[in-house]
Amino acid sequence: MTHLDGNMLAGTFADVFTFDVTTASARCAGCGAVAQLATAMVYVSDAGSVVRCAGCDAVLATVVQGEGRMWFGLRGITAVEVRTHPVGDV
Amino acid sequence: MIVRRAATRPALVRAAWHTGTVTTAASETASARRIVLDVPTWPGNDAGQHLDVRLTAPDGYQATRSYSLASSGPGTSVELVVAEVPDGEVSPFLVHDLRVGDDVEIHGPLGAFFVWRPPSDSDDRAGVRAVQLVAGGSGVVPLLAIARSHVAAGDTTPMGLLYSVRTPSDVFFPDELAAAAASGAISLDLVYTRSTPPGWAEPPGRLTHTGVEARVVPAAWDPLVFVCGPTGFVEAVAQSLVDLGHRPSSIRTERFGGT
Repeated sequence: MTHLDGNMLAGTFADVFTFDVTTASARCAGCGAVAQLATAMVYVSDAGSVVRCAGCDAVLATVVQGEGRMWFGLRGITAVEVRTHPVGDV
Repeated sequence: MIVRRAATRPALVRAAWHTGTVTTAASETASARRIVLDVPTWPGNDAGQHLDVRLTAPDGYQATRSYSLASSGPGTSVELVVAEVPDGEVSPFLVHDLRVGDDVEIHGPLGAFFVWRPPSDSDDRAGVRAVQLVAGGSGVVPLLAIARSHVAAGDTTPMGLLYSVRTPSDVFFPDELAAAAASGAISLDLVYTRSTPPGWAEPPGRLTHTGVEARVVPAAWDPLVFVCGPTGFVEAVAQSLVDLGHRPSSIRTERFGGT
């Protein structure tokens, strides 16, 4: 199964969060790497999306959408950094 | 503190659901269609952003897919180029059945990661970085938006577009790209994978590591690199770039799958 990028989850998250979650950075519980969600690997199926660390392939999160509800599993994320205002280049 | 141009700064506007009315639906190539929507509530978008299109069947079944925007800026006219995925749920409808005057549900603008803005006069020119765009097939769409915003702004940032495409007739917006290249606004480098124009110097073939090395702005310039295409293409190009010394944090990728 091929994967896409965290970019493509922007629409899913935009339904429930007021900021662009794909530019938030998460720390992987598996390898400790910190990366923007947009750069993670996303495996999409009819059941939902599995987000994996681009560095070590560990599962970071799962996203499942249902009728009027969304579930977020965050088993592989130990910290999240959210930009509250524009800052310099990364 | 010098705040440098950052492609990752948050989008100015929050995404929302909108209704767009089709004003243009025209074949761009044999398998792709250019669709322009008039979206009165559209807040404008940055070059490189995408939107989600949601189709609802008579029985209530819904399917949503992401499409990159070929347009950017403050207008309420939104342009897409949709390549048909033959067994897809959404693209065949958009390519074959959508008509001028139809309404479409869209969600956007989306994504603040895969975006670029021309530097403004207030930016520190020393912080402006060259831009290399690398497209695989219909992955050229968000990169076209970036090139267009660069041209429209009369921006002097060095910008190259490396565009891998099957055949000459599969090139999106060939005249516009040729004009941008002829004016010197961008450098355009086409790689044909299945067949070439008559007299083309190189035989058709996939973009290789050597090809990337020869055609991409060198890592020594520390360019921002945007890569968009099918997953395999993006994986190969991104790996080549890293091997050539480009900083991983300077490489922005957008993959698309067969949906």
